[in-house]
Amino acid sequence: MKDLMIILLAAMLTDNFVLSKFMGICPFLGVSKKLDSATGMGIAVTFVMICATIVTYPIHHGLLVPNGLEYFDTVLFILVIALFVQLVETMMKKCIPSLYRSLGVYLPLITTNCAVLGVTVLNIDNGYSFLQSIVNALGAGLGFMLSLVIFSGVRRKMEYADIPETFKGVPATLIAASIVSVSFMGFSGLFS
Amino acid sequence: MADKNVSLGKELTKGIIKENPTLVMLLGMCPTLAVTTQALNGIGMGLATTFVLLGSNIVISALRKVIPDKVRIPSFIVIIASFVTLIGFLLEGFVPKLYDSLGIYLTLITVNCIIFGRAEMFASKNGIVASACDAIGMGMGFTLALFIMGSVREILGAGKWFGMTIPAISETPMLLFIMPAGGFFTLGVIIAAVNKLSNKKPPQELGCKGCPNASKCGGKCGENE
Repeated sequence: MKDLMIILLAAMLTDNFVLSKFMGICPFLGVSKKLDSATGMGIAVTFVMICATIVTYPIHHGLLVPNGLEYFDTVLFILVIALFVQLVETMMKKCIPSLYRSLGVYLPLITTNCAVLGVTVLNIDNGYSFLQSIVNALGAGLGFMLSLVIFSGVRRKMEYADIPETFKGVPATLIAASIVSVSFMGFSGLFS
Repeated sequence: MADKNVSLGKELTKGIIKENPTLVMLLGMCPTLAVTTQALNGIGMGLATTFVLLGSNIVISALRKVIPDKVRIPSFIVIIASFVTLIGFLLEGFVPKLYDSLGIYLTLITVNCIIFGRAEMFASKNGIVASACDAIGMGMGFTLALFIMGSVREILGAGKWFGMTIPAISETPMLLFIMPAGGFFTLGVIIAAVNKLSNKKPPQELGCKGCPNASKCGGKCGENE
């Protein structure tokens, strides 16, 4: 239980996917303008990360390892994730239309989010068990959501700031992200 | 014939400065930030990406009339992922040190928006030679951006350049620059400098053009409906 807790918190805070591993920068900069879209994207990513882990873990250990085909990881994982996101989108549209209306727009954006492929590959590389993998995916997703939500607050304040002409837009956003990243450095060394 | 040579030359050079994928079009941010703690890693990542881009652009361009429009995204993904697996093997076999330092980011070349963007915007519409030139140009532009990022961060953060010690800075290097926070900061300042030098209106938004899902969200990922 204790090691699961450590994996969860480490994936959320010390090894935050966006701010210390640089995965999923595109949605982090693109979707963090408003709080509700940041939350929606965060929930959708967390959901897809967990599901992708549940699907890819058995594929790696049940199908690829016994046949000595581990090097097919990348090709198969990205295909499975793309298929899976499509499937979830279709099913959600049909079965839970209310959830689809709030999360549906974010789902297609996740297929090529490097954080999702990243978490599935990291789970395999770190040699986690099935349960540990799911907890790691949950932590990574929650950490992604946390950084998006915090950053959407920062960006709201930035809209009123007087920024030099050349720094307007993306450069100022990146520098703000750097300061948020410094604040996450405070967590380093919390778990070892 | 002369015209053709001129346009091929344009395809080759446009990616390096005018349409630099990272600094002007703002694509492929993740590897730009992640592996550039050293100039050498930046170059290695840039060349690996160029290899994948060249391979995938050639294959996709050759198959552009065979692949049905409806399944083009999965087909492109499979082609790109195959080349990523290939470069993974090559690096593991010949340059194991680089392979170790790039780590998971080598796998993540698969989802680099630059590669997908060029496949979607260029290779699926143009001939093989033009696509190859485009790939080399874009790849070189990406490598250049990564090299600049890596040099700045290595010099300021570690007081070294390609492993050579730089006397004045190495005594008190600014460690922050090789930490994640320094990556964001350096990229922000470099993009601002490029804006200033090119005298163009600073980009307000991320380059959604390369995003394979731009057709679905119309490039308005961040906005509410």
